[in-house]
Amino acid sequence: MSSLFDVTRATLAKDLRLEWRSKDATNGMLFFALLVVVIFSFTFEPTAEEARRITGGLMWMAFLFASTMALNQSWSRELRNQVLDGFRASPAPANALFLGKTIGNFLFVCMLEAIVGPLFVVFFNLNVQGDAPLLVLVFLLGTWALIVNGTFFAAMSMRTRSRELMLPLLLFPISVPALLAMVGAITAIFTGESSPDLSLRFLAVYDIVFTTVSLLLFETVLHAE
Amino acid sequence: MSADTKLIARINYHVSFMVAVELQQVTKLFGRFAALRSVSAQFSSGRCYAIFGENGAGKSTLLRVIAGLAHPTSGKIIFSGPQETLRHRIGYVAHASMLYDEFSAMENLRYFGALYGIKDEQKFAAAIRTVGLDPKLERRAGDYSQGMRQRLSLARMLMHDPEILLLDEPFSNLDVTSARDISTLIGKLRDAGKTILVVTHQVGNVAGVADHSLLFSQGQLLRCESGIAAAGQGSPGTSSGEGVAQ
Repeated sequence: MSSLFDVTRATLAKDLRLEWRSKDATNGMLFFALLVVVIFSFTFEPTAEEARRITGGLMWMAFLFASTMALNQSWSRELRNQVLDGFRASPAPANALFLGKTIGNFLFVCMLEAIVGPLFVVFFNLNVQGDAPLLVLVFLLGTWALIVNGTFFAAMSMRTRSRELMLPLLLFPISVPALLAMVGAITAIFTGESSPDLSLRFLAVYDIVFTTVSLLLFETVLHAE
Repeated sequence: MSADTKLIARINYHVSFMVAVELQQVTKLFGRFAALRSVSAQFSSGRCYAIFGENGAGKSTLLRVIAGLAHPTSGKIIFSGPQETLRHRIGYVAHASMLYDEFSAMENLRYFGALYGIKDEQKFAAAIRTVGLDPKLERRAGDYSQGMRQRLSLARMLMHDPEILLLDEPFSNLDVTSARDISTLIGKLRDAGKTILVVTHQVGNVAGVADHSLLFSQGQLLRCESGIAAAGQGSPGTSSGEGVAQ
């Protein structure tokens, strides 16, 4: 019998291998995020203090828009050649597909953040005043919040005619609370004026709630006609 | 031959042709369009059924409904055997290849094997060999010819040794040799006791292997007949009783 763990691992390995070969999602995301960094750095000329206040928002905007490319791509490759039907006809648990894809997208976006995040620091001449190691936790929790919802809504919108438009329409409104918490936490760490604890706790709860809801509903979404 | 032997032979005959799938008044609507209208039929194990009909007649929808990829709007589909392993017992080949173009044959089968809990590389290699391909071929499926892709689709389906095989247009875009090879393979699978439903427009390719033919039109099962000639050409004939339009 196919177990949740085995199929999740196989799906993750398959997605990583497919992306390694095609580079469809990562190239698009990287190019888009780099453009945003460069354009923002030319458009604004903030002082060091202003930069610490606005960069959190700019970063997450860039990552949110860039990640929608990966999210759309991860499902559109399942529609080519009706490969998704191969999964749907199999006895594999639906949540394994969701978890495999979510973890894959999470890794792609983390990779993007690891490349583009330092560029933000350089271009905006950022000087972190707060507890810098906490940034890692903010990025992990924030990225999971974006990706778990994004993967779920991308699955929901994949069979619609204008899925590129549908995904942001579904994803962005529901991501606003998480986005506010991410920006709040980043700004608190950059400026060192307040504690990011509350925002981090909110993100942790948000992640747990939306991961649970997505897992409960995904089978219905996958088998919907 | 003794009476006992005769009885055993008779029982074996009935067991080998017992009903594997039964459709009871199955209707499938897409909005207001009826893809299937009150279709009732029985499909026995060890038999091959060729399904004909014009485009949009409901042939592919029938296979998708049996494969569990589409839910009937009304009616029932009854499968013999344990229901919890149902998805293990069904193999489905769609008109599209259902393969990742970026993967080689073995890589594709490794992934789909994981979905069925199969990890044995020998099984993958054997399935690939069964359809006349080389498991060592490193080429990506996207670079395969149409015939090779069709064969690999069959290997993907055969890998988990299903009892009910649903083949949607397995001969489309194939050259004569490839079509003949696939036809021969279908015959062997039927002889091995599989229940096979083949949707096709090419009567000649299933002439030697199909035991029954079903003719669909506008979502309705018009006829089910022994052999294929009459239904394939759309002429009236007599019902065999195994799949009867209701």
